Amino acid sequence: MSRKLLLNNVHVEGIHTYDVYRKTGGYAAVEKALKSMTPEEVVEEVKKSGLRGRGGAGFPTGMKWSFIAKPEGVPRHFLCNADESEPGTFKDRYLMEKIPHLLIEGMILSSFALGCEQSYIYIRGEYMYVLRILEKAIAEAYQNGWLGKNIKGSGFNLELSVSPGAGAYICGEETAMIESLEGKRGNPRMKPPFPAIQGLWQRPTVVNNVETICAVVPIVNEGGEAYAGVGVGRSAGTKLISASGNINKPGVYEIEMGISVEEFIYGDQYCGGIKNGKKLKACVPGGSSVPILPHYLVCKTAEGTDRLMSYESLAEGGFATGSMLGSGGFIVYDEDQCIVRNTWNFSRFYHHESCGQCSPCREGTGWMEKVLHRLEYGHGKIEDIDLLWDIQRKIEGNTICPLGDAAAWPVAAAIRHFREEFEWHVKEPNACTTRNYGLVTEKVFEKVNA
Amino acid sequence: MENQNIENIQFPKDLLDEVQRITSLFPEGKQKSALIRVLHIAQAHFGYLSAPVMDYVARLLLIQPIEVYEVATFYSMYDTQPVGKVKLEVCRTGPCMIEGAEKLVSYIEKKLGIKDGETTEDGIFTLKTVECLGACGYAPMLQAGEKFHEHLTEEKVDVLIEQYRLNPVANYMGQE
Repeated sequence: MSRKLLLNNVHVEGIHTYDVYRKTGGYAAVEKALKSMTPEEVVEEVKKSGLRGRGGAGFPTGMKWSFIAKPEGVPRHFLCNADESEPGTFKDRYLMEKIPHLLIEGMILSSFALGCEQSYIYIRGEYMYVLRILEKAIAEAYQNGWLGKNIKGSGFNLELSVSPGAGAYICGEETAMIESLEGKRGNPRMKPPFPAIQGLWQRPTVVNNVETICAVVPIVNEGGEAYAGVGVGRSAGTKLISASGNINKPGVYEIEMGISVEEFIYGDQYCGGIKNGKKLKACVPGGSSVPILPHYLVCKTAEGTDRLMSYESLAEGGFATGSMLGSGGFIVYDEDQCIVRNTWNFSRFYHHESCGQCSPCREGTGWMEKVLHRLEYGHGKIEDIDLLWDIQRKIEGNTICPLGDAAAWPVAAAIRHFREEFEWHVKEPNACTTRNYGLVTEKVFEKVNA
Repeated sequence: MENQNIENIQFPKDLLDEVQRITSLFPEGKQKSALIRVLHIAQAHFGYLSAPVMDYVARLLLIQPIEVYEVATFYSMYDTQPVGKVKLEVCRTGPCMIEGAEKLVSYIEKKLGIKDGETTEDGIFTLKTVECLGACGYAPMLQAGEKFHEHLTEEKVDVLIEQYRLNPVANYMGQE
C-alpha cells in the first residue's frame, strides 16, 4: 500500500476548520520547531529529506533555501506560489480548499527556517473562492496565536496574507509572480540576480509551490530521514497527481513515488483504467508543458523496463523516449483523440499566455498555433511539419523564462512520436476533419548495449 | 454604467475600508501591491474597468494612472469594456476539450444567440472562452463570478442559465 503524508486526513469531516485540524495533530510541527529546533535545524531536516520542488522544476528545496542572502538589517520574504495554471494540474487547489491549515502550518515552518517575518501566498485570481477559504483559515490561525507577534512565546514573529493574480499563466514563473505581487504586469525578470538575492521589493526572497510547502510539515514532524525513506531513490516522499482525460476516475491522488505508471492508470485505487473500455493512445504525465508519450512508451521505457511514477523514471530516455514528472498533471488520451488537435489546443494556450517580452516566444507561439490550425483543419502542407519543428527549435532556450521551452516541448514531442498522424492530416485533408487517426505504429528503439 | 465620469465614481464606505485593509497587508510605501486586488473589487462594483474607474483606483493607491492601465490590460480577468452581469467563462484547454468543451460552447452560443466574446441584448450574459481554470478532472466546466460549475452537461447548463436569468448576480467578488 502506497503511503500518504499530506492527504491522510483529507476525508475527516471539518478538516478545513482550525478545531478539527488541530485535534488531528495539526500545528504539532510548528510547536516542535519553535520549542526545540533552530531555523538552521529545520533547513537541515528539509535538506536531509530530499524534498524537491513540486511545482514542476523538481529543484531540491533545501538547496534552494540555502541560497537565500542574509544581509544585515534587510527583511527577507517567503512566498507561496499558488498560481496553479499548468493545464492538467489542479492538485494545489484541492489541497488549499480541503486542508488550508496544512499550507499555513507549512508557511510558518518555512518562514521560521528562512528567518522571514512577512510572507505571502500568491494565488491565481480565478481561485478567488479558495482565497476566501485561506483568509478564513489565516484569521483562525491568528486568533489561536500561530501567527502574529511572538508566536507561542518563541520570539518569532510572522505576518501572513494572501494576494490574488488576475488571470495570467506566466505569473507561475517565480520572477513574474514577484512582479505581479508588486502590483505590476507579470513580465519575468532577467536572472541573475536570482530572487534569493533580489526578489520581492529587491529583498532576498524564496518562492515555493503549495505542495512543496505542505510537505515541510511531515518532514518536521517525522524528521528528514523518515521522509527520505518514502519514495524511490532521488524521488523522495509522496506526490500529488492530478489525473484527467479519458480515465474512469479523474481526480487528485497522493502516490508514493515509485509506484508503476501501469498501476496508476489501471489500478482501481487510482485512475481505474481507460474510460469506455478504449485503448490508451498517449499520455502527458506532468502537465501540458512536458513531452507527450505514445502508448508504447507510457508504461514501459524504450529499454523495456517498467516505467515508474518518479522524477527519474518518467524522464528515462531523455526527450527522445521519455518525458517529465513536472507538476504531476497527468492527462490520459484514448484511441479516439487527435494528437494534432491537442497540440494545436496547447499551442493556442501558450500563444495566449506569452507575456510578449521575448520575440521568439511572442511571435513563435502564434506561428505554431497558426500552422497547427491549418494542419488540423486539412489545409496543411507536408513542409508545415518541418516548419513547426524549426519554429519550436528556435524558441527553446532563447527566452528569458521557461514559458518558451514549455511552448516548444509539446510541439516537438508530438512531431517526434506522432509524425505519421501529422502526415496523414496532410494526405487525407477530408478524412482528418471527420474521423481520427487511431493509434500510431510502435517504433523499435535500438537497445544500447552495456 | 455609461457616461462614467470621475466625479461620481466613488467606493462606498465598506469597500473603502476593504481597500484600506488590503493596503495594510503590505509594508509602508508598497501600497501598489494592493492594485490587482483593488481592481477586482472595482470591476465587481462598477461592472468594468473604464478609464475613469482606473483613474479613481490610481488616486486611491497614490500611483500614476498609467501604472493602472498597464496592469488592467495585461491580465485576462479584467474587462476594460462593458460586459454582461453574468460572465460565463468556459474553459477550452486540453483536458476540457477532450471532455467536450467545444460542444458545450456551441450549445451555449446557440441557446443564448451570441458568439464567444459577445453579450446578450438584455445585458445579462457574456460568453467567454478561457484557458485552463484548474478543474481538469471535473471537465467540462465553466466559471461564473467566483463559482466553479463542473461536470457540466447540456441539462445542467439549462438549469444554470435559468437560475442566473432570474437572479443575475455573478460578477460579484465575495458576495454570495
